[in-house]
Amino acid sequence: MTTTVSTERGSVAAPVKRAFREALYAGLISFGMFVLIVGLKTDQNIRNELVLEPRWGLLAIVVALTMFGRFAYVAWLQPFMARQKLADTVTGLMPASVTSRFFRLPYFIAALVIMVALYVVSGSLDGWLGAELAGYARFLRALALIYALASVFYYYRAFIHDHFSALGITVMIVYPVFVVLTLALLTGSMAGGFQGSLKWVDNFGIQILIYVMLAWGLNIVVGLAGLLDLGYVAFYAVGAYAYALLGTHYGLSFWILLPAAGCMAAFWGIILGFPVLRLRGDYLAIVTLAFGEIIRMVLINWRVVTNGSAGISGIPKVSFFGLISFDVSAPNYISKVFDIAQSGAYYKIFLYYLILALALLTAFVTVRLRRMPVGRAWEALREDEIACRSLGINTTTTKLTAFATGAMFGGFAGSFFAARQGFVSPESFVFLESAIILAIVVLGGMGSLVGIAVAAAVMIGGTEILRELDFLKVVFGPDFTPELYRMLLFGVAMVVVMVWKPRGFVSNREPTAFLKERKAVSGSFTKEGHG
Amino acid sequence: MQYFIQQLINGLTLGSLYGLIAIGYTMVYGIVGMINFAHGDIFMVGAFIALIVFLILAALFYSVPVVVALLVMMIVAMLFTALYNWVIEKVAYRPLRGSFRLAPLITAIGMSITLSNFVQVTQGPRNKPIPPMISEVYNIYGVSISLKQIVIFVVTAVLLAIFSYLVNKTSLGRAQRACEQDQKMAALLGIDVDRTISITFIIGAALAAVAGTLFLMYYGVVVFSDGFVPGVKAFTAAVLGGIGSIPGAVIGGLLIGLIESLWSAYFSIDYKDVAAFSILAIVLIFLPSGILGRPEVEKV
Repeated sequence: MTTTVSTERGSVAAPVKRAFREALYAGLISFGMFVLIVGLKTDQNIRNELVLEPRWGLLAIVVALTMFGRFAYVAWLQPFMARQKLADTVTGLMPASVTSRFFRLPYFIAALVIMVALYVVSGSLDGWLGAELAGYARFLRALALIYALASVFYYYRAFIHDHFSALGITVMIVYPVFVVLTLALLTGSMAGGFQGSLKWVDNFGIQILIYVMLAWGLNIVVGLAGLLDLGYVAFYAVGAYAYALLGTHYGLSFWILLPAAGCMAAFWGIILGFPVLRLRGDYLAIVTLAFGEIIRMVLINWRVVTNGSAGISGIPKVSFFGLISFDVSAPNYISKVFDIAQSGAYYKIFLYYLILALALLTAFVTVRLRRMPVGRAWEALREDEIACRSLGINTTTTKLTAFATGAMFGGFAGSFFAARQGFVSPESFVFLESAIILAIVVLGGMGSLVGIAVAAAVMIGGTEILRELDFLKVVFGPDFTPELYRMLLFGVAMVVVMVWKPRGFVSNREPTAFLKERKAVSGSFTKEGHG
Repeated sequence: MQYFIQQLINGLTLGSLYGLIAIGYTMVYGIVGMINFAHGDIFMVGAFIALIVFLILAALFYSVPVVVALLVMMIVAMLFTALYNWVIEKVAYRPLRGSFRLAPLITAIGMSITLSNFVQVTQGPRNKPIPPMISEVYNIYGVSISLKQIVIFVVTAVLLAIFSYLVNKTSLGRAQRACEQDQKMAALLGIDVDRTISITFIIGAALAAVAGTLFLMYYGVVVFSDGFVPGVKAFTAAVLGGIGSIPGAVIGGLLIGLIESLWSAYFSIDYKDVAAFSILAIVLIFLPSGILGRPEVEKV
């Protein structure tokens, strides 16, 4: 025992020496991993033959970065983290936390000043500094903005933590209004505000909310009932095609087809669930994955009905309950009704509120169901299936209801997706989508609605933001396309977040039945059985 | 009849590849109890490394005997792919051992996304075709069998023989089987569990790399997204055979290969995957733990 302690002390006392050694190992390993894949690029020459093109410079950079990263981690970060846990010998106090040292009032003021100054002169930056430096200046401005916002959040963290759900819903409701007004102020006209808001409302707002809704729907199956479903996207596809086919062929309205699509998806959930729900854990996972792939194959190959991989286009738009239309040619087009300028943004904002309402409906139903007998049975099933059986819960019907309910919300989201895109094709329903939705549920903390919403915002919003990072072109050269790295970073982020927080962002369990007072149970005290 | 035998041979060729990949899934599942979703992409990385080695050989030497080239490709691909899987296990799965059961599954999916996009970013999104390495075709009583298929059968058979010797007769195999049954007890008896698990990942990756090399030789083309479909099929094969059982993985692989080629020969090529997956579902309904899987009994 004593020897173990002394070697520990030795390595803590001389971290730099150890860091050199570890950096060398890391360099060797990364050299081995990357020498062929990064160091040589396969490329087609004029005669269509593959040739190799060496990139030793890039390889050297990658290896050097890995070595430096490992060195910094072992030599500086690890001792720093260890010191953070020790109390000061003189005062007996713990050292100030990293965040409180990072967020200080002078820094905040400096960030504000930089941000405001750069916004004021943003028009003439290119002229003063040249394109390259102006790119850096915009990057600095973005950093200052993020820092200032983060400081505000940090200052009000207790308030935010206590009222998170209410604040979150308020933010989601005012978001489009805020975007339109801010952009109107910046561009100086209302029309400019609407036009500029398209991107922010559509790419960020609607995109994130679709995933929030899907993840909340899947949360019923995975988070509450503990059934691992790898083919959730199949129900999404059923909903989307239900609306696309019935809407284009029979001209039925969205408001009739929305519940119909939900019912159809739920029906498919039961069809799938009935034979397979007696399978356990991972067998269930592979059968649901197979089901998702089968649905996609059928969509691709049943060309008479689904038009194959070409997809279905010209899906009718949603109207405001038939009163206001968003079709430019319709007599009750919104700009004719209210006598305002034409813009595609109205429809996007309407869609934003529609998906927000649908997502909140999912959340509301989940919250209410958790307090009903069936919801309690789901959670009991997740914790211990054998105990459930011995208490007389019919596990098959309980699982079936979870499957069907989850599938129904997938169907709702699917028909919304079809209405928003105006076009569906099997390419939107690949396994990767299922994996992303499942990842959001697990990263958010299974069963926690708030955690899942945060995870969706971080993962989807984060990858969408990469499309906007044009200043990186200045740093890495003009042919650098951040979109290419989008899914790569998404995958890396999944791994990193999971290793950092294995139980997700919110791992507490909020019991719905309690004696005297409600206490959150830490996730580490709960144990999931095999579903 | 000849047509049937022809399809049988094609199916078995495909099935051998699935079997080689499926062993990686089933071994990892048996020992750590997780679905290693990144395994299909490990197979793809193996194929890419084999491709790059092939191009290096073509660039350095005027002509190399095919046997030597294939051997070099296989061995280099095995080494480098094993390094990948070893690092992945250390970085993404080991910190989560003993955590709750979905966590390693999510990192595995994350690793799968990372690997395929990493190869896309570094090697480009296009198909990578190579000139045919072996083109001899033999005709026996109207059934044509190509030398490529014979190579796949021989390599698979040899590897399976080596592998089953490794698992059944060596101390490493004993350690593996012990860890599969009870990790804590194995550790108490002096088995280095971490090392055994690492070696399991290395062996799985090496077999997948061989499958990748053979895939490249057989089809003559590889692309960054090639990991998914063979990966899912191999995983299906592992489950069909009874996940955790190594002979089961091989049988499942051959079965999936046969189903696929016979279905495309006699019914429609469009629905071959649907057929494979449907048969999986039907088999699992009647044999809930696969063909050779032991039924799990949960003790309370």
